[in-house]
Amino acid sequence: MAQPQLESNEADLIRRVCGGEPQAFEELVRPYERLVYATAISILRNPADAEEVAQEAVLKAFSKLSSFRGESKFSTWLVQIAYNEARMKLRKDRQHLYESLDSEQQDQDGEYWPKDFADWRPIPSELLENKELHEALQNGINSLGPMYREIVILRDVQKLSLKDTAAVLGIPEGSVKTRLHRARLQLRDFLAPGFDGSWSSGHSYRKVRAW
Amino acid sequence: MSTIEISCVEIWREISNYLDGEISLELRTRMQAHFEVCEHCTAVLDGTRNVVQLVGDGSIFPMPEGFSERLYKKLHDRLSS
Repeated sequence: MAQPQLESNEADLIRRVCGGEPQAFEELVRPYERLVYATAISILRNPADAEEVAQEAVLKAFSKLSSFRGESKFSTWLVQIAYNEARMKLRKDRQHLYESLDSEQQDQDGEYWPKDFADWRPIPSELLENKELHEALQNGINSLGPMYREIVILRDVQKLSLKDTAAVLGIPEGSVKTRLHRARLQLRDFLAPGFDGSWSSGHSYRKVRAW
Repeated sequence: MSTIEISCVEIWREISNYLDGEISLELRTRMQAHFEVCEHCTAVLDGTRNVVQLVGDGSIFPMPEGFSERLYKKLHDRLSS
C-alpha cells in the first residue's frame, strides 16, 4: 500500500510546485537524486561531469514541470531528462574527436557466450563493503560498451523495472532484456577471477574451459 | 512426464531472463532439469546471480561528497532569481 500513497504524495507536491510553491520541488526530487546522478555517470563515467549534468537535469525538470502530464512516473520522466542531458553533453564533448555515439552503439552485435565456466563460491557478505571489490565492480561496469553500461546501471544498480527502463531509453522491452543479458554475462566474465584472484581468501582461482 | 532436453547454448541465451523470472513455466522446468546435470551451466547461472547481487548491493557509484548541498543550493539560487 506504500506505493499509491507515495504517488499521491508526489502528485500533491507537483500540484504545489505548479501552483506557485516552488520550494516543494526539493522534496519532490530528493528521493531520486541518486538515480539522477547514477544515470548521468553511466553515460559520462566521470563524477564531475555527472554532477554537472545531474544539476542541469534537475533545474530543467523544475522549469519544465508544468509540461509533465503524469503519463509516466515522475521518476521515469526525471531520469529521462538526465539521460538526454548526459547524451547531449557526451555528443558535444566528442564532436572534436570525429567519433559518433551511434557508431559506438552498434559495436557489439551478435550473441555473447560465456568465456569461462569456473564455479563461483557464494560471495561472503563481509566482502560487500570491501573497497577493492567496489573498484573491481566499477571497472567491470566501465569496461562495458555504453549501451550495456546504461542498462546495467538502470536495471541492476538502480533497480528500475523493465518497463521503466524501456521508457527511459526509448527502446522496446525485448531490447532491454537482450542487452541486460549480454551485460550480465560480460560482467561475470570480467569479474570471474575475483578482484584479488579469488572470491574468498585461501583459495586460488582456477580457470575452467568447457572445451 | 519427462521434460524435453535443452542445449547449453539455449540455456546461456536465457540465463538473465531466468534470473528475472521472465520466462514461461515450461522453459523454467526444462532449464532446472538441465542445471541439475550440467555443472558448466550451473556455474554460469551462479556467477551471473552473484554479479546481479554484487552490482545491486551497496553504492558502487557513490555520489561525490557535498553533492546534495551543491544541488539544492543551485536550485535555491534559481528559485530566488
